[in-house]
Amino acid sequence: MSKSLKLLSLVFVCSIALPVLAQDKAPPKPFGFGKPATKEQVAGWDIDVRGPDGAGLPPGKGTVAAGEELYMAQCAACHGEFAEGAGRYPELVGGRGTLKSEDPRKTVDSYWPHGPGVFDYIRRAMPFGAPQSLSPDEVYSIVAWLLNQADLWPADKDLDAAGLRQIKLPNRDGFIAGGDPRPDVKPDTCMTNCRKAPPKITSDLAARLGVTPTQKTGD
Amino acid sequence: MTETKDKPSRRSFLKKSVAAGGFTLLAGAGVGEAMAAGEDNLPPNVPEWMKTLGSGVTANPYGSPSSYEKNVIRRNVGWLTATEESSINFTPIHELDGIITPSGLCFERHHGGVPEIDPEQHRLMIHGLVDRPLIFTMDELMRFPSVSRIHFLECPANGGMEWKGAQMAGVQFSHGMVHCCEWTGVKLSTLLAEVGVQKAAKWLLAEGADAAAMTRSIPLDKAMDDIIVAYSQNGERIRPENGYPLRLLVPGWEGNVNVKWLRRIKVGDQPWHHREETSKYTDLMPDGKARQFTFVQEANSVITSPCPEKPMKFGKGFYEIRGIAWSGYGKIKKVDVSIDGGMNWKTAELQSPVFSKSLTRFRLPLQWDGRPMLLQSRAMDESGYVQPTIEALRKARGLNSIYHKNSVHTWRVLPTGEVQNVQVA
Repeated sequence: MSKSLKLLSLVFVCSIALPVLAQDKAPPKPFGFGKPATKEQVAGWDIDVRGPDGAGLPPGKGTVAAGEELYMAQCAACHGEFAEGAGRYPELVGGRGTLKSEDPRKTVDSYWPHGPGVFDYIRRAMPFGAPQSLSPDEVYSIVAWLLNQADLWPADKDLDAAGLRQIKLPNRDGFIAGGDPRPDVKPDTCMTNCRKAPPKITSDLAARLGVTPTQKTGD
Repeated sequence: MTETKDKPSRRSFLKKSVAAGGFTLLAGAGVGEAMAAGEDNLPPNVPEWMKTLGSGVTANPYGSPSSYEKNVIRRNVGWLTATEESSINFTPIHELDGIITPSGLCFERHHGGVPEIDPEQHRLMIHGLVDRPLIFTMDELMRFPSVSRIHFLECPANGGMEWKGAQMAGVQFSHGMVHCCEWTGVKLSTLLAEVGVQKAAKWLLAEGADAAAMTRSIPLDKAMDDIIVAYSQNGERIRPENGYPLRLLVPGWEGNVNVKWLRRIKVGDQPWHHREETSKYTDLMPDGKARQFTFVQEANSVITSPCPEKPMKFGKGFYEIRGIAWSGYGKIKKVDVSIDGGMNWKTAELQSPVFSKSLTRFRLPLQWDGRPMLLQSRAMDESGYVQPTIEALRKARGLNSIYHKNSVHTWRVLPTGEVQNVQVA
């Protein structure tokens, strides 16, 4: 048999062995991909705490005294010894009553709506650079100290899940219910003579402010 | 080496570089050489690069831009944030054409730095109000039916530095928190069908595998509509800065909900009110109350040429006004351009095809007479939404809402051709 004939026969054999592409069949439901998540696997990753009702708050408790020690060691370098912030690092406490002002301050006691949300954030993201290194008791303690700084928790009382659920942060009702009210501006499609008066420049500092990085690559 | 006595030619650089085994050395040296060469490479002379062989196919197994394009980079604003790990940089939109942002130029926003994730050790867990809590490997996720879509992604703080006035002397900084890529992945609705979402479910919590374990709550309706669990960006695996190996792509919605390095989705019956949807990414109104879950990035546009970085440097004559428009409500339908600060408008040409929730390129020819101009662009999308003026936005929301500033932008063009960022009323 010549080489080309052998090749031809091979092709022939292959073609009858190939399955027909079953395009008429719907994909399987479910596909069966993935593996069941075990209780242990879920427990290790299931770290979220829900703000309004504290669902997911772990067992444990903390004290303001322990919180102060932890805070000074692990948080104060960035957030200041009184949680007042440092440079561009955010303040954590203070500024109540500023939300209508020109300089609204968004701290735990001025802006955050839910105590359990504070626990959630510290547990998942803090301290900056060593997240998820604090035990539940340590997180409770730091939250207790912060709330105490904000005059929202007594210095001598332990803080646990029940206590955290029961705290009403001052700005709890500060968020507008009912979702997104936008669009909140009327469409203007005017094409000619659209202004009553010629445009007036109200802000032209950008070219002189000097806050914009240069276009140099810096090398 | 005899060449060292003479003024080094490009050829000598080539030889030295090859001898040193350094291709990057060659590229770096090439720039200075060409500049020193003056007009030697211009007609009637034969350019140096035609007199010698260029590099071969093994020199650059993963390509990078020409060394002459080294100024086309993401830039950050140092004073904006406390650290570089929880910060943002900006897409150089003034240097780009078309609608696709090269992956390496897509703006970055991280809350705990860029994790270096081994895809073999990455897992997506989906649990909560589901019938079958499951864990997926990357291989398993890629087995599912896939989709590719072109979508913009914009940080809701894009333009947020200018609620009170113009302060950034460049479009990279006034509008560069946006990019547009082709994303490939599995529809989230496919994965949710796989785990079997229970009747009570209304919201999801998406969580990243970064050092902020960043989370956002997302309504189930959006998940069932068009969210993609993406593993590819512009044809290749997602870049680490943009979420490698897995991220959410939530078309048209604020960048922050497009959770990168996605490791977990929990299905629930109400939102979680986490830090990024209470303390941040909420819009404070003048009465001290804040809007929450304002997800959609409404229609926006900006002229990218000219702009402060790209002045009208040729004097009077023909220019093509170029820019980009986008809307989280759907397709861009129309973009108008004004040269007189919004008194009169002309409709620009849109580059087709126009995709939904995608950057859209617009262009308008202009014969400049050399007089000062107040250049503006105004986008309209298929929902009928029209990009508002800064005055209208301030009237509706005051000055403190930080996010979602999508107002008509003004460039003042001086007779010199210099372009400045200004605001008009």
